[in-house]
This record gives sequence, C-alpha cells and structure tokens, in this order.
Amino acid sequence: MSELVSAGPPLIEIQGVSKRFVKRLDIAGKIARRLGAGLEEETVHAVDGVDLSIDEGDVVGLVGESGCGKSTLGRMVAGIMPPSDGAVLYKGRDIASLSGDDKLEATFAVQMIFQDPFSSLNPRMRVEDIVGEAPVVHGLVPRKGMSDYVDEILTKVGLDPALKRRYPHQFSGGQRQRIGIARALAVKPKFLVCDEAIAALDVSIQAQIINLFMDLREEFDLTYLFISHDLSVVEHISERVVIMYLGRVVETAQAEALFAAPNHPYAQALLSEVPRLDQRKRDFQPIKGEIPSPLDPPPGCHFHPRCPQSFGPCSSARPVLKSIGPDRISACHLND
Amino acid sequence: MTVEITQQSADADAGLAITQEETAAAIETPFRRFVSEFLESRLALGALFTLGAIILAAIFAPFITPQDPYDLAQVDILDGRLPPGSEAFTEYTMWLGSDGAGRDLYSAILYGLRISLAVGITSGIIAIAIGMSVGLSAAYIGGRFETFVMRIVDLQLSFPAALVALMLVALLGKGIDKIILALVVAQWAYYARTVRGSALVERSKEYVEAAASLGLSHARIMFRHILPNCLAPLIVVGTIQTAHAIALEATLSFLGVGLPQTEPSLGVLIANGFEYMLSGKYWISVFPGIALLITIVSINLVGDQLRDVLNPRLKR
Repeated sequence: MSELVSAGPPLIEIQGVSKRFVKRLDIAGKIARRLGAGLEEETVHAVDGVDLSIDEGDVVGLVGESGCGKSTLGRMVAGIMPPSDGAVLYKGRDIASLSGDDKLEATFAVQMIFQDPFSSLNPRMRVEDIVGEAPVVHGLVPRKGMSDYVDEILTKVGLDPALKRRYPHQFSGGQRQRIGIARALAVKPKFLVCDEAIAALDVSIQAQIINLFMDLREEFDLTYLFISHDLSVVEHISERVVIMYLGRVVETAQAEALFAAPNHPYAQALLSEVPRLDQRKRDFQPIKGEIPSPLDPPPGCHFHPRCPQSFGPCSSARPVLKSIGPDRISACHLND
Repeated sequence: MTVEITQQSADADAGLAITQEETAAAIETPFRRFVSEFLESRLALGALFTLGAIILAAIFAPFITPQDPYDLAQVDILDGRLPPGSEAFTEYTMWLGSDGAGRDLYSAILYGLRISLAVGITSGIIAIAIGMSVGLSAAYIGGRFETFVMRIVDLQLSFPAALVALMLVALLGKGIDKIILALVVAQWAYYARTVRGSALVERSKEYVEAAASLGLSHARIMFRHILPNCLAPLIVVGTIQTAHAIALEATLSFLGVGLPQTEPSLGVLIANGFEYMLSGKYWISVFPGIALLITIVSINLVGDQLRDVLNPRLKR
C-alpha cells in the first residue's frame, strides 16, 4: 500500500515522459514550403512531461477528458509505444535499456487490458491459444501443460474451461473482457494497465469486471493503473487519483481527499459534473468550451482559456506541480 | 471438417453448462457458415463441380485417354487432321478429331490441361508467397521501406501484365521454368497490394498491441496473428489471378513465345490448329479453345462467389 514506505524503488516510475506525434511533410509539402507556402510539420503533444510513481499494491486512477493523453500514457507504461522523451522505470531500471531476460521480465510484469473487447482478441484464434500462446512460446509452461494451465487461468477469471476451444466471436462482451484479462494474467504480471477496460460493457457487467479486478488484486498482489473517464468507478476502486488535462498532470491526490475537496479548478469542474443521488435537482454546468487542440495548445496553463478563475500569470507561465498537502500535488497558480 | 468435430466434442464435454442458445452459436462456426453461404448459388456450385472434374481429368489423364500424345510410338502421322468422330488407325474413335501430327485431340487437350493448370497454379503459389511476404512486411514495418516497396508495386501495376510477361519471355527465352518466372513477376504485385491493404487494417487493432506487450516476436505477430486475418481477400484474388495466369500463359504460347512444342499446353494446341482454321479444319483450334474457356470461366465463377461470401460488407 502506498502509506507504507517501501524499502526498494517504486514498482513503476514514470520520469518526465512525453509523447509527440509528428506529421511529416510529404515531398509536395516540402516543395511548397521551399517556395514559401509557410507549411509547418504538425506536432501533437499527446503527453507532455508526466512524472508519476506507482508503488507495489497501489491502485492509481487516471482520469481526464477524451483526447487528454491518458491512453497514450498507459500504452507507454505498458511498453507498446516508446516515449519520445523521458523514461519508464520498472523497479528502478529503465525498461528501454534492459535486454534479454531482464527485458522479458519487465515485459511480462506490465500487461494491458484493452477497452474494446471485440478488437482486442484475435478472431482467428481459439481462446486456448489466445491465453496459452505467450506462456508456451516463452517457456513459462511446457507445451503439454498448456491445456491445464489455460484451464487454471480461465477458472481464475470466472470462465468455464470447457469453452476454451471456442473462438472469440462466440462470447459476450463481458466474457471476452475476461478472456483479455486471462491473456494478461497468463504471463504472471505484477502490474496491470486497464485502459478504459470497462467502458464498453453494460453497467451490470461493469460491476462484475471491477469485482474481478479487485479479487485478482488480492490473489496475485497486483498493482493497477486504472484509466477511465468514469469518475464514480475511479472513486470506487482507486486509492490515488491522477487528473490529466491536455497531456499534463494537473492534480494528484489520495482519492478520498480529492473527491472531498479538489484543488485544481479543472479538478473542481470535473468532479462537480459527477451525477449524484443527493444532487438530483442541480443544474449541471458543463465546463465552458472545448478541450483545445493539442496541435496548438494554449500558452501558460493549458486550462486557462476555460478556467473561471484565471488571472495574470495563467496565460504566460506554465504552472508547476507543487505539494499542497500530504501526498498531494497540484499545478495551479492560485496555490502560489 | 475436423474443426467442427472437435468443436462439438468440446461442447459435449461442457455438458449442462451450455444453454440451448450457446449450442446454436457453437454449431455456427465460421467455416460452416462459409460453406453454406458458398453453396447458396447454384451457378457457383456448378462451376465448382466443373472445375473439380477438370482438375481430376487433368490429374488422371493417362488413365482416361486412349493415347499418350507425347509417345511417338502411339502417334501415327497417317491419322493427321481427321475430323471429329473418325476411327483412328489403331482402332479407337477420335471423338474430337486429330491434329496435324495425328494426335488424338481429346488426349492432347487433357495432357495440355495438365500443363496449363500446373503452370497457372505453380506460378500462383509462388507469386502469393512472394507478394504476401512483401505486402505484410510493408504494412508491418511501414516508413520508407513501405513507401519504396509500394512504389515498385505501383510501377509494376501500371504496365499491362501481358506486356511485362511478354518482355520477360522475350529476354529469357522459352521453357516451362521461364514462363513460370514471367507469370510470377507479372502477378506478385497484385498480391502484395491486397495483403498490404488488409494488413494495415489489422495492424492497428488492439490484439496486435496485446501480442506485442506479451513479448511475442515480430515474425510471430506478422505470420501467426496478422496474416490469418488477411487471408480472405487473398483467397479471392488468388483464385481470379490463377485464371488470369492460365489465360496469360495461353496467350504467350499462342504468340509462340511461351511453352515449346515439346510441352504442349492448351495455348500451344490452339496455335497449332490456327493455320488450318481457314481450310475448314476448325476442330484443331476450337476444341482446345473451348476447354480453356470452360476452365477459366469456372475458376472465375468460383472466385466471384468466394468474393461475395468473404466480403464483410456484403454480410447478410
């Protein structure tokens, strides 16, 4: 748990990670620029200098509007995408610098659960092969033992092992998500990145899958990075919550403290929009305007064009993340 | 069909756990649905039967023909240019007549089919293997490699296939190996483009990311995960391209730059009879031509039905 000061380095540490997507000019564009057309290469700052450390056993919720870079961050942590800048450290060592068995260990340790239970399973493979392939290929399980091993994992995620010779299209959305979880568990991970893992499911199924995540956490000592736009879910399961806006972290705090009294104006605006039973008659005020384009982010604080409390320095200086309480940081000029 | 059997036995093992609805879903495997949809068209079914009969006849030609047209001891020049239905010197009926050298046309057509089909299918398989690997790696690797490869494909496809093949055969000379090479060069680009198109779609799906995060090798992701999902369009293009290859080979042989007289394909037979056309001895050219026509049309009909069944946008 995060309260305990662990002796070693944190399980996962994200250090100044950025991701830029550059749309390069083609030959016609280059010629046009040479002739003075004023064309520029377009750069999207999907993630902009994020620091985050996650201790073993933690459940960290990562929230933000769509397009704020939370999925990109998750993919970089899971090693699917290399960061443009910065490093992702597993047990204090940069994953990008590892090789051989160490790299494989780090690869297995961090697994991802995907949003779409339909495109995340290969339609041409049987469940048995989807779950059992990686452990057999990497020699974690002998080929002869694959069938038993798959049975064991499927039982753990609440699926009938008798169904393992079927194809993904023969399952419902919730069952498919369980297969995705089984696939990740098969390589004995320590850390799961759940990228909107329940967003595509029915509400009743969502509850089942969340409970499954929590059961598995106890059974396998898992650590979670739970990416979601659903604040009530994040409040329910997370111990710590990270709020992102346009590629930057704006506030990090313990879940209870954050939901009780959000500090950053964006966090305040976001949390006031959560529908609650005791506020049924309230008139909801959505945040004014659209999320700005990451192609051309506003200067200074990214949130200032939409912020009701913006003042002088907001439009010029980038606010830094400052400690504003125990285990709590926020990036806002109002705290100065 | 072994797929269905294991499927059902697995279901039987599951026993009570499976509800009725689930059983119905289990029976509907992709392969079974594919077969039943394919058989919906009578035309396609007829074409499939014709094609099957043609292939069987070509394979078993030595057992069902009265004469081996390559065995000079069995060919008698005195039987030359006999009209259909004539009695041969060695006492069998030449139902389709004989050609200038006294070969029974029925026998010659079946032996010619062997060569035509072998050349078409062999070049098709080699071209698929090359085009598939090139297209798949272009989609997977991306970047400059992809641009470079796909521009070569574009360049190749901007020339008519017949012209490319004609130029190559003119350079390389006659022979069955050279004609296969020419057909492979003329065709690989179609496969490369087809596979690259569907691999690009598959590559962006999350199961590929999942495979990468499980530490699986690039080769494994390409060939075990992406490729099986790109096979449907490849099968369709493969069928129709094989028909093209057979027609192209016949064209080259007819023009006299394809197969030599010692390996008479249907194209060579048509070319041989061409000089007799005006003297009324139509059968020497027309019967091999009809055999070629039936073969190509039936392959194309099968290919069309495959395209309809495998096209996800036409799903009923």
